[in-house]
Parts: sequence; C-alpha cells; structure tokens
Amino acid sequence: MLYHFTARRTVYGLILFFIVLSGFAQMPIFDRYYVSDIPGLGWLAQFYVTHVIHYIMAALLLGLCAYVAVDFFLYRRFSTGASRADRKSAGNRSSIATRNSLPTRITISGMVKIGALSGLVVTGCFMVVKNLSLVYFPHGVVIGLDLLHLLFGMVLLGATAYTWIRRRTWVV
Amino acid sequence: MSSPISRRHFLKTSFFAAGTAIAGTGIAKAATPADADKEPLVTLIDISRCIGCEECVYACQDANAHKFADPKKPFPRMYPDRVPVEDWSDRRDVTDRLTPYTWLYIQYASATTKEGENITLTIPRRCMHCANPPCVKLCPWGAAKQETNGLSRIDSQICLGGSKCKTVCPWEIPQRQTGVGLYLDLLPAFAGNGVMYKCDRCYQKIEKGEQPACIEVCPEEVQTIGKRSDMIRKASELAKEMDGYIYGLEENGGTNTIYVSPVPFDQLVYDTGKGKPHLNPVKDTMADGSNLALAMVIAPVAGAAAAVGKFYKQMKEDA
Repeated sequence: MLYHFTARRTVYGLILFFIVLSGFAQMPIFDRYYVSDIPGLGWLAQFYVTHVIHYIMAALLLGLCAYVAVDFFLYRRFSTGASRADRKSAGNRSSIATRNSLPTRITISGMVKIGALSGLVVTGCFMVVKNLSLVYFPHGVVIGLDLLHLLFGMVLLGATAYTWIRRRTWVV
Repeated sequence: MSSPISRRHFLKTSFFAAGTAIAGTGIAKAATPADADKEPLVTLIDISRCIGCEECVYACQDANAHKFADPKKPFPRMYPDRVPVEDWSDRRDVTDRLTPYTWLYIQYASATTKEGENITLTIPRRCMHCANPPCVKLCPWGAAKQETNGLSRIDSQICLGGSKCKTVCPWEIPQRQTGVGLYLDLLPAFAGNGVMYKCDRCYQKIEKGEQPACIEVCPEEVQTIGKRSDMIRKASELAKEMDGYIYGLEENGGTNTIYVSPVPFDQLVYDTGKGKPHLNPVKDTMADGSNLALAMVIAPVAGAAAAVGKFYKQMKEDA
C-alpha cells in the first residue's frame, strides 16, 4: 500500500465514522435506545451538537473528495513517477516499478461507493442550502432529499462493509 | 384530523417526489429566496391591549378542530419502556398551556410598571414562526414545512412524533399526541410515537385570503398581521409610542411573531415549564450551521489546491 493511500484511507475512515454517527443522530433514536446514556456518548442526543459535527465532517469529506479526485486525475494523466514518500514506502524499488504500481482503474465496488458518495454530496449540498435562512424548498423536494440522503448513506455503508470484509480496494 | 396514509403510499409518493424533484430541472428554481413580493407575513402582538378573554384560544380550537388528533385506544405498546405515552385526547379542554389540542393559550405575567404600579399582563402564546425555523429545517423526515409566507407547519400525515422539533425549538412549542399518524403503519413498537401539533397560523384561511382565527375574533385587536417590513416598522412605532419593548426581532435570528410590551420582557414574572414557553433572549440556533455552510464551499477548493500543489511539488522533484 502506498504511503499516501494509507494516510488518506485513515482520514477517510475517521470522517466516515463520525459523519455516519452524527448523521444517524439526526434521528431521535440514540436517546430512545439508551445509546446516549453510555458515558461519553451523551452528545449523540444533542441535536445541535451532532448537526455541527455533521457539517464539519461534511466539509472535511468534500475537501478529501476533491483532493482524491484531482490527485487521481493528475497522476493518471500526467504522472511520471510516485512521490518520494511513496518510493520510500515501496522499499527502494526503482521509480519505474513504483510508477507501474500506481492505480489507474476504479473497481466496481469503488464505482458503487463513488456513486453513493456523489449522491450524498449532491443531496447534502442541497440540504445545506435548504437550511439557510429565507430559502424555501417545496415540501416534496425536502422529503425527497431527506430520503435520498438516507438511501445513499445506506448504500455507502453497505458497500463499505462489503469491501472491508472482502478486502476490496477502490482502485487497482 | 387528516386521513391516514399507508406505508406503501408514503414510500411511493416520497420516492416519486424524490426522483422527479432531484432529477428534474426545477430544484434550482425551487430554492427560491423570499423576494419582495413574497415577503413573509408577521403577526404583531400588542400585549398592552390583551384583556385575556381567551376568545382567540377558543376560535383557534374551533378553526382547527378538523386537524386535531382522534386516537384509537389502546395505544400500541412501545419499546423500550422509557418511551413516554403522551395522551391529551381526554383533556382537550385544557387551556392553561400548549397541548396537541390547544395551539394557543393565554399566559399570565405579573410586572411592575415604571410608575411602580403592579399589573398583570395577559399574553397570547403560540408558535413564534421563526424566520429560519429549526423545527422545519432539522426535521429528519421533512414532516415540518415552511411556506413562502413565513408560516411553518407540521404535516400530520408524515410526522412520526419523534419530538425532535420540540427539542430543537427554543420555546419547546410543538406538543405530541400518541396513538395517531404514520408510525402506526410502520413500526409502532420501535419507531415513532404519534404526531406533533402546533399553530399553523390557520394556513387554510390564509390561502383563502382570510386572517387567522385568533386575529379575526379578537375584540381588542391585539394582533395585526402584515408584511414583515410593515410590521417591524409598526412595532417600532408602537414601542416608541408606549415607551415599550420588543420581543421577536432578534430572538432565534428573528421570528415572524413580534410582541410589544410596556414592561421589559426580562422583568415579567410568569409560569414556565411544559407547554408554557418563556420570553427570554434566544440566540440564533441555526447560525452555526449557516456559518459552516461557507466551510463547505471552501473545503473542496482547498482539497483540489492541495492535490495540485502536491502534484506540482512532485513534478519538480522528478524533473
């Protein structure tokens, strides 16, 4: 595993954990089912706290998505080799060998996750706009956004669980 | 009460709405900022005129009786046991607080005037109809909605009664009635707990060009309804005239209900508690989210810039 892939996977994993947790916390379930009674998890029942955490995680996720997308595009199109950190983590192999190990193709499970993430980003962005003052969305649109956001979240969770268990990567 | 809808109908309608709305071209138009022609309606309440006759309370109940819950008992058992059953159906005549059957009540407050006179003020209390209502914006199912005229209301056909709207409301206005609503068709034992009810500003009357029942019936003309800019100007004039105080302009980022009192609001003494909202200063509860929205614009730009920077650095290294 290349060095920067490990780092970004760790960051992505942390963001995903907190954004999913704070996302589910938007529903009044953690108090009902005693989860927020667990010491240290009381914040899960505080809607404004989880709302802010969800927003912060969403901003970080947007930043990471943009970073990964641009990085992938640039390296696939123009790269002549891997970074120094990558060469170091690849263990003194030649730059050509390291270059050849750079991923160029997105896997099917990666496609599913990218699709779900894209759906989450699009619906999430509209929901952020909806929450601004003096912005009115038709009621059907609001319900649709809420349900689609939840649906994309469930797809992402399912695909993530699958790739984690089967040890599938985003790219090959 | 509105007729219930089935789970199939709800899901079918929701996903159809989702598909057409999101995939369609209208979403950009859908996000319409309030323009001058559709300026929110604001009610101005002159507390000094209210005599506490409760005509507004009964007019509200009459005008909205068809929306009230009519639960069938016994209610389904809910799990876990901590989930509270909130049943007001046998106490519909309670008018000294907000309930699912009393969306407007008269709050009694004692105060001392500048001249040292002890007085009792009577204050019509109901939903404040916030300019950016957290009950609407944070509802996880979109059961609550805000209309372009500024009123917010809860759709009793969609609400699951989770009471999040009440938790996030700075005044804890919405009130729950167990045993009614969509949750009965889903998983009544494990999710939901009825329907939340609150003042919807008689939207059905406003749609017909009429005034809300509480305003229409008031013998003292305590309330006035009109465009936000007009009502703010009128409130300022009224406050100046009586050397009074205004509540609602700043609270929770501004509300579409404005009170004018001859006594400072922080000097009013009144009962608060369940169903009895306060008149304290309230910070803008949605402000943090609105500020963070900017971060979501900056974050992807920063992410892309970092990737380009990294790529440029490596190109220089490899050159």
